[in-house]
Amino acid sequence: MITILTRRILSLIITLLAVSLLVFSVMNLLPGDPASIMLGTSASPDTLAALQKQMGLDQPLPLRYLAWLAGVLQGDLGNSYTYSVPVAGLIAERLAVTLPLALMAVVLSVAIAVPLGVTAARYRNGPVDFFVGLFSYAGIAMPGFWVGLLLILLFSSSLGWMPAGGFPGWDAGLGVGLKALLLPAVSLALAQAGVLTRVARTSVIEVMNEDFVRTARAKGLGESAALWRHAVPNALIPVVTMLGLQFTFLVAGAVLVENVFNLPGLGRLAYQALSQRDIIVMQNVVLFFAALVIIMNFLVDLAYLVIDPRLRAKAQ
Amino acid sequence: MVFSSFVSVTRRAALGLTVAGVAVLAAQGHAFAAPKTSVTLGMAVEPGGLDPTIGAQVMIGQVTWQNVFEGLTTIDKDGKVVPLLAESWVVSPDGLTYTFKLRQGVKFHDGEAFDSSTAKFTLDRARGADSVNPQKRYFSTIDTVETPDAATLVLKLKQPTGSLLYWLGWPASVMVAPKTADNNKVTPVGTGPFKFVSWAKGSQVELAKNADYWNKAVSVTLDKASFRFIGDAQAQAAALKAGDVDAFPEFGAPELMDSFKGDARLVTVVGNTELKVVAGMNNATKPFNDKRVRQALMMAVDRATVIEGAWSGLGTAIGSHYTPNDPGYIDLTGTWPYDVEKAKALLADAGYGNGLTFTIKAPQMAYAQRSAQILQAMFAEIGVTMNIETTEFPAKWVSDVLKAANYEMTIVAHAEPMDLDIYARDPYYFNYKNPAFNEVLQKVQETADPAEQSKLYGEAQKILADDVPSLFLFVMPKLGVWDGKLKGLWENEPIPSNVLTDVHWVE
Repeated sequence: MITILTRRILSLIITLLAVSLLVFSVMNLLPGDPASIMLGTSASPDTLAALQKQMGLDQPLPLRYLAWLAGVLQGDLGNSYTYSVPVAGLIAERLAVTLPLALMAVVLSVAIAVPLGVTAARYRNGPVDFFVGLFSYAGIAMPGFWVGLLLILLFSSSLGWMPAGGFPGWDAGLGVGLKALLLPAVSLALAQAGVLTRVARTSVIEVMNEDFVRTARAKGLGESAALWRHAVPNALIPVVTMLGLQFTFLVAGAVLVENVFNLPGLGRLAYQALSQRDIIVMQNVVLFFAALVIIMNFLVDLAYLVIDPRLRAKAQ
Repeated sequence: MVFSSFVSVTRRAALGLTVAGVAVLAAQGHAFAAPKTSVTLGMAVEPGGLDPTIGAQVMIGQVTWQNVFEGLTTIDKDGKVVPLLAESWVVSPDGLTYTFKLRQGVKFHDGEAFDSSTAKFTLDRARGADSVNPQKRYFSTIDTVETPDAATLVLKLKQPTGSLLYWLGWPASVMVAPKTADNNKVTPVGTGPFKFVSWAKGSQVELAKNADYWNKAVSVTLDKASFRFIGDAQAQAAALKAGDVDAFPEFGAPELMDSFKGDARLVTVVGNTELKVVAGMNNATKPFNDKRVRQALMMAVDRATVIEGAWSGLGTAIGSHYTPNDPGYIDLTGTWPYDVEKAKALLADAGYGNGLTFTIKAPQMAYAQRSAQILQAMFAEIGVTMNIETTEFPAKWVSDVLKAANYEMTIVAHAEPMDLDIYARDPYYFNYKNPAFNEVLQKVQETADPAEQSKLYGEAQKILADDVPSLFLFVMPKLGVWDGKLKGLWENEPIPSNVLTDVHWVE
């Protein structure tokens, strides 16, 4: 177990280093220079040179990479070109929106998908299964940002129950904050729930056909008891795998949904930084996303060990 | 408890209570009826930083100009230059010495006094060797800045600069204090009627009334103003309809303007901006080095159709790089009127009777993409094939087109007011060189007489309209959508701004 963990952590660090080099190269090879964007269409060459010097853009690339890496290792991500404030603080501020949003979406999608998927499996090929299937395909087919627009039209513009977007900040109170995140979380969750429902249904059906479930039924266990006590726990592994993969999709999907709902989250920060060529913010945000994906995968592997005793035994 | 005594009230007492209740409600109603003193304005793009003296984005000025920061002069809603921190000035007959009498008793928001030394600091900072002022060229003719006393500022110029007073009114020329200048990007400190309160990055900027504002002649009724940043046009519309924002002075999507018609609470106001949409050509390379080709292309364009297709018919056609807001504007859209046959003939005359193929680098913005597609169809009518290459704005466009002039044709909205002089700049991406035009602009700077300047600007417009260094298409409208009870916002935009001084609510 310990060796497995050590090996995983080592590979995690190497992957992150490789990602950092890649991200830095790509960001700095992109056409467009942040200084000339800040100075606009009227700036003269000497003004541009002065700003580039001020921003440290006149330094050679390898030096800038090493300086960035050294900073990151010490927890200093540098200062944003556009905002002129530390990037670490910016990311932390934005995370306070994006993380709760993604978590809410995960919880919602699991809460919708597992019962629906299991029910569809229980009554497979019947009308319930058909309607659940319809729901999940619709969920997958509708892009999150479009669902978001529809939700805004209905709940904000027509009914006036919910804010049309924006985030008042957690200082305004937990309830107010959660309310602002509810519609975006629903728009993100629907697509995820669609996928998860399919996965849960298929997985449960597969397990229901296994010998041990038949044995349980033969012992005299009812359909529901066999389902919930034996089939569902064994069907969870694919669901958890999917959840791990989807968490990263959620963070990516947040870029669009945050734009529709005007939430000051990490996705919108990345989007703005890219268009302004705020390279330093881009580097750090992409590195952060990459770290998130790698760590999520690591956590999913750990979750297998918790769910499946057989894997635990093998690890020992 | 107060209410326990009412448990066994008589009928009459109950009636009395009801009356009292109504009275209380009425009183409350009256309290609510008092005009609101806060406003939330929506903007499409968040500025990067709040110091207009070090960044070119128009959004910086749209938050801070005349609200937080003030200049020696300013530009009013009709586009006229008026005194602000300089209460008056005298220009020497040779046009080389400007003597400003500065207002006294002006204080920055941190209590620091404004005087001639502050003004000197600001101007020296803007024109110095390390300056990163986006309009540094506007200060280039200043030779020396002298401060004979605290209330007098003397500028000695190297050559007459007729536009100096106008340029001093720009956002890039606002007065900043030595102590706070370096931090203005994050925490702006100016002399204006509003103080900076906070900036929730990615979300909003908050300003509050400056109780110690020097100009007692204006009465600012707003206590609080917020600028909220909403990029998506649908989200902008939703925020307006839900009442989350009180106004969107520059709404982003003309095709959604009709959707506000059913809303009795909101009004829509279509005004003018300085955003000139022009399709610039590389005048140094073939085939655009032949002005007959440029003129032929201009004749192939039906501006009304371009405006209809690109911006829902909202916008004003222009015949040169000048807007109806600007002094001395002449309508020159008839110089090369839409005429397919004549365009073909002129093209054949230039040796392109068998057609012509080139590429336009069009930014991703809706107006640019749509205009490019319509131009493509119009050029096809005269046998010209135009390929469209989408070029990311600002980053790639700035490096490819603006800096490297590596393009044939492009299309972009020029935001700077009165920037006719870009056609006289060398280098500039048009690569347009016409000594006669440069001479006219030089004469504009040699006179300080507005009437004479207007006349000269007229000549300059005519030269451009005739030479067609760019295809002059249209001026973007200022699409304002706001609560009908909100008054005092500018309808036109002679300079990108959201001046809050006169903004107030009525019942």
